[in-house]
Amino acid sequence: MERQVVERAREAFLSGKTRVLEFRLQQLRSLQKMITDRQAEIATALKQDINRSQYDTALFELIGIENEITLAVGKLGEWAAPRPVEKNLLTISDEVYVQPEPLGVVLIIGAWNYPWSLTLQPLIGAIAAGNAAVVKPSELSEHSSLLLRALLPRYLDQELYPVVTGGVPETQELLKQRFDHVFYTGNSTVGKVVMAAVARHLTPVTLELGGKSPCYIDKNCDLRVACRRITWGKFANCGQTCIAPDYILCEPSIQSRVVEAIRQTLLEFYGADTKSSPDYGRIINLRHFHRVMSLIEGYTAVLGGQSDPSQCYIAPTVLKDVPPHSRLMQEEIFGPVLPIVTVSDMDDAIHFINEREKPLALYIFCSDKTAVKKMIAETSSGGVTVNDVMMHYTLSSLPFGGVGQSGTGRYHGKHTFDQLSHQRACLVRSLGMEAVNLARYPPQDRRRARRARLALRSPMIDFSKRTFVWAVSATVVAFGLVVTLTVILLIASGLNCTCWYWEGWYT
Amino acid sequence: MEDPSSILHRLQKTFRSGVTIPESFRRTQLQNLLALVQENEQLILDALHKDLSKPKFEAFLSEIDMVANDLHYTLDNFYSWMQLEYSSKNLATRMDKCFVRREPLGVVLIIGAWNYPLHLILLPLVGAIAAGNCVLLKPSEISQATEQLLAELIPKYLSKDCYSVVCGGAEYTKALLENKFDHIFYTGSQAVARTILQAAAVHLTPVTLELGGKCPCIIYGHIDIPSAARRLVWSKFFNAGQSCVAPDYVLCSAEIRDALLPAVRQTLKEFYGEDARAGPDMGRIINPHHWNRLMELLEKSRGKVVMGGEGYQEDRYIAPTVLVDVEESDILMQEEIFGPILPILTVKSLEEATDFVNRRAKPLAVYVFSDEHSVVTTVLENTSSGGFCANDGIVHMALPGLPFGGVGASGFGHYHGRWTFETFSHRRGCMMRSWALEKINVLRYPPYSDSNLSWLRWATSAKKSWISCSIM
Repeated sequence: MERQVVERAREAFLSGKTRVLEFRLQQLRSLQKMITDRQAEIATALKQDINRSQYDTALFELIGIENEITLAVGKLGEWAAPRPVEKNLLTISDEVYVQPEPLGVVLIIGAWNYPWSLTLQPLIGAIAAGNAAVVKPSELSEHSSLLLRALLPRYLDQELYPVVTGGVPETQELLKQRFDHVFYTGNSTVGKVVMAAVARHLTPVTLELGGKSPCYIDKNCDLRVACRRITWGKFANCGQTCIAPDYILCEPSIQSRVVEAIRQTLLEFYGADTKSSPDYGRIINLRHFHRVMSLIEGYTAVLGGQSDPSQCYIAPTVLKDVPPHSRLMQEEIFGPVLPIVTVSDMDDAIHFINEREKPLALYIFCSDKTAVKKMIAETSSGGVTVNDVMMHYTLSSLPFGGVGQSGTGRYHGKHTFDQLSHQRACLVRSLGMEAVNLARYPPQDRRRARRARLALRSPMIDFSKRTFVWAVSATVVAFGLVVTLTVILLIASGLNCTCWYWEGWYT
Repeated sequence: MEDPSSILHRLQKTFRSGVTIPESFRRTQLQNLLALVQENEQLILDALHKDLSKPKFEAFLSEIDMVANDLHYTLDNFYSWMQLEYSSKNLATRMDKCFVRREPLGVVLIIGAWNYPLHLILLPLVGAIAAGNCVLLKPSEISQATEQLLAELIPKYLSKDCYSVVCGGAEYTKALLENKFDHIFYTGSQAVARTILQAAAVHLTPVTLELGGKCPCIIYGHIDIPSAARRLVWSKFFNAGQSCVAPDYVLCSAEIRDALLPAVRQTLKEFYGEDARAGPDMGRIINPHHWNRLMELLEKSRGKVVMGGEGYQEDRYIAPTVLVDVEESDILMQEEIFGPILPILTVKSLEEATDFVNRRAKPLAVYVFSDEHSVVTTVLENTSSGGFCANDGIVHMALPGLPFGGVGASGFGHYHGRWTFETFSHRRGCMMRSWALEKINVLRYPPYSDSNLSWLRWATSAKKSWISCSIM
């Protein structure tokens, strides 16, 4: 079944339908309509999947999707146009450019924590780039997955953008087929499996994985604002966000104030009884519930710690003085549990971060710009937000992706378009002007060789500082000469000037 | 021979020390690499001659100059590539600093190939150095003379702590791949590429694959036959056909074929004289194994040899050979030829030609020779390939502005010029938010309310002509 779906998508792609920009635009607009028309159903599905509040749905998923579609629709002409590049002497009268082209059939494997944006945002780029795409939403967000399967064929071309639902066996079957790109969002364990599975077909992959995103709080910053922002990012979607601040690093002297600030913020956000707040989510399923609970086993929380398996509810939980080698610090938490690990200073924090795998995001709360620059320069991560959390995700002009174990490739905005396109190098020559070419053919001698080598030399224009200085000084001197010449000509033609400078000249 | 794990460990330690980060360090290393190439021209020419009997002219144009040009280009520009790239912002981030930082990946592995043993390993090295990485180089063991030369010269010119050369065969490479690299850059065959991808998956290592394929050359429509013949012959028999972007086979109509053959014959005589083997301008096959492979192809092919066909085992010479009446099922059409053998297949229409190309795996390059612009455009728009060149062959590789790489079975990723720098960099998106404007932020916090949401949706609603903002 999976094989047929992929084959049909490939045939639809090969028909050339998607090459026409107007077709892509129409599909994107239709996708936009789907989001607008079906908002309520999407919100309901999310509520059933993950107890997401309707506000969170709009905020975290729909606005992002809508913005991406608007951007793609507005910019598609520009993105898909040929991009001219620098020439050498040999190609001086030729057309030299990079032409973005569709790859073919792309497989998009979504995740369950943001089932709509993590599936549809790559799809937007895939459509914009002219590909066909097989969409495989996560089976863990079951209601969203089934809703997507029902809705997408009603708005988009059914053959080009089929939805395949199912679990591990269906995904494995899909991965046996040949795709031109596989875009996977999820965890690194499955990421490795995906990469190995498609190696057979030499398929390039984009892997949006996770990791433990550290959050460093400097002792000299506005703790109240910092903790409010961190609390928002950590406990939204019940901590199930790949770029949620996973743990806090701070000096022991401010630890208690941090805890207090978080406590106050939690009260402001969710009230005294978080469980009854409509704005607080739930863990996706019992398996993950138990996974998160087992991480805090044996620790006493300073905030929260309560849970209710019948609702998959875990209270917003904070732990302090967490040992670096505890289980809590070994794997990505992906839940509403916030450990605080103490470090002696920023250098210690940098060292701590570098001892571990490169995370998807790094958060730095610090008012000292120099110190911030240092921390960025001495660490590595997918992305960085300073003095806030998660916000770098929201700017589509910034490439979003991981590095090392947190993933490979990037997307959002134009980056998705580029990631799912083939940048084809094009050189269009004419058969005329053969005289120039003759130098490169055998039989070879020194003179011909020298001419040929010169014709192929790059760069044609020397951009070095020396040349720049020469060019600027030559221009200044030339300008000076022109001015002098003009003045002389004017005087010679009998110009009488009564200003004091010239009086000296005439007397 | 030092154990690869310990070499890697040493390189990782050096990278962590941060010594490769400053622009001055990278510049010095690049300048030293340029000196390596410029001061050892004769040694390089000798090694290339030993490996492939590479004519001096070809060695200059396709090896020494390729590397030197890219080095000049990179030296002139890499400082600007290193700079922060400030990105456009939306309403919500108007007060913030948003930029992309290009950062080195760490320790990268570059595996070279034997057909252009110098540039296929040094060109990636240029970008890797410019991007601030430490590098482990693994030149091809098949081009032994160049391998030895590189192993000798690299430590003499470049920092030994940052850049190492390892030599070994297939088994050694397999063991090497068990280690964790931050990027693997491989040039070579599809079969080995699969093994590399499997090994890379274990560590989630990103990979660049520069593979090959059968590059078709479509000749159609009104055409200046002598010029086309010259360029076709030059690109095909350069390096004795052992180029990943050599035109592998020709697709044309019977009339064009009949006009082309005498022109090709004439060109071959002009280029290589009556006896190509005696002249200095024709290369040789890399080793007996490949010579045998090619001779066997010729023997088993059911096409008709109209030019060349002779081979001499002693010096691994194969004459520039052209065959006609080759069918799609012929043995010559099954795999990349990688030798001085040019099959010409006839088609009745342009559509038949593009369909033929599209039935096969995507090649590294598609060539079309025609005076008619519409023909060129039709082939361009109806095929897919790593690169495309109309009315010439191979020379698109020499432009550092063009990304050189494959698609589909011919590979993924690309390099040359700035593209190499980007391949070996991580583009880190950074947002530095201000502490102020917390009042605006309040809109996004719980407890959620309809009015807050309305404000947010209004502020982020889709507007036609400008990029909408998104506040989360």
